[in-house]
Amino acid sequence: MVARAARDIQSGMTVNLGIGLPTQVIEHIAADMQVCLHSENGIAGIGPAQPYDAADRNLIDAGGAYVSPVAGTSYFDSAVSFALVRGGRLDLTMLGAFQVSMHGDLANWKIPGLFTPGAGGGMELAQKAKQVIVLTTHTDRKGRSKLVQECTLPLTARGCVARIFTDMAVIDVTPKGFALCEIAAGLTTDDVIKATDAPLAVPRGKIPTF
Amino acid sequence: MRLPDKTTTMRDAIGEITDGATVMIGGFGVPGTPFCLIDALVQQGTKDLTIIKNDANESGMGVDHLLKNGQVARLITTHIGLNPRAIEMMNAGDMAVEFCAQGILAERIRAAGAGLAGILTDIGIDTELGEGKQRVSVGGHSQMVEAALGADFALIHAGQADPFGNLCYAGTAQNFNPAMAMAANTVIAEAEVVRPLGQLAPNTIHTPGPFVDRVVELTELTEEYAVVRR
Repeated sequence: MVARAARDIQSGMTVNLGIGLPTQVIEHIAADMQVCLHSENGIAGIGPAQPYDAADRNLIDAGGAYVSPVAGTSYFDSAVSFALVRGGRLDLTMLGAFQVSMHGDLANWKIPGLFTPGAGGGMELAQKAKQVIVLTTHTDRKGRSKLVQECTLPLTARGCVARIFTDMAVIDVTPKGFALCEIAAGLTTDDVIKATDAPLAVPRGKIPTF
Repeated sequence: MRLPDKTTTMRDAIGEITDGATVMIGGFGVPGTPFCLIDALVQQGTKDLTIIKNDANESGMGVDHLLKNGQVARLITTHIGLNPRAIEMMNAGDMAVEFCAQGILAERIRAAGAGLAGILTDIGIDTELGEGKQRVSVGGHSQMVEAALGADFALIHAGQADPFGNLCYAGTAQNFNPAMAMAANTVIAEAEVVRPLGQLAPNTIHTPGPFVDRVVELTELTEEYAVVRR
């Protein structure tokens, strides 16, 4: 799933990879790819993660991972970092999710009474990146679908998600709702339909696998 | 003519902070967090504080000491996912937590520092964070009024400073420090190194000295500043 998601990153893009699964996408970006990775704590041009012994104590990404610079990296403050996001300079962000609705609504910051980490920069990323992709497990720990008709958890942003990568499928959010695009090797269309708590449009013919 | 010398001791600088004060603290995770100033505030035991900080650090670090010590009545923040104590205190009602979108927190602070009353934005307008906020229509688009956010004190960590309070930050340690260093009545900066006046190249200075009130040189970097082993 993570490797498949990395293939959606195109040459020339400025990209923000959110905390959690999306952070792993960096490991699947080709070394010769022309791409600028941004992190909201104030860095543009993120290189590979650093092991403990090689880490610079002043150089982290927003998830707290120690990262390295690349040739041309810049550092800046939080106001500038979010000017970049809100100002429309971010081509793509990949975010985690608690729930995504068939209308593209995203919930990923608050499970009332249980776990409320806060949205961090998630609201700005979800609302203002030109393209928002979600990476998530298809179901939560209790087996409930994270893909739903309407989010029951507090929203991060409305109608923002264009595409969802899960361990089961690649699903687009269209004006008519969820549409199946690709399926994980070894699974059937019925498996995905059963695990999705909303209508899922399935195209005719053979569905590509990943 | 010579620029004023603002260097002082940790004890004198923190001694100005009294019970009930609002204190903004720089840092995003470890980089830029003024751990020594926070430790001095913990030693002093000042109570009923309103703390403004991007995050609540991690267990056993920085702001977590203030929480553990029961010194914080209210926390204005963007993300506390790495501090279980903060989430616990919030759920138990032992501390009020006000969440703010991260870039909006930065702009509210920047606005206060720039002498503006607030900003207009649509960030979070469809969410809980948009509830109860004044709406204004600009060019046909609905925007929310987000009030400027200043403080009585700002605690700042700089890599380098000079005695006048010119500050330079290292790597991703800038984060909230430059905005906060403009937005408090009394701005206290700790610095890893304080160089003589004239030794910081004017074009490399991130925070100009006139914004800063007190400069404290760190005699040593405690363990909290080091790379965190995970």
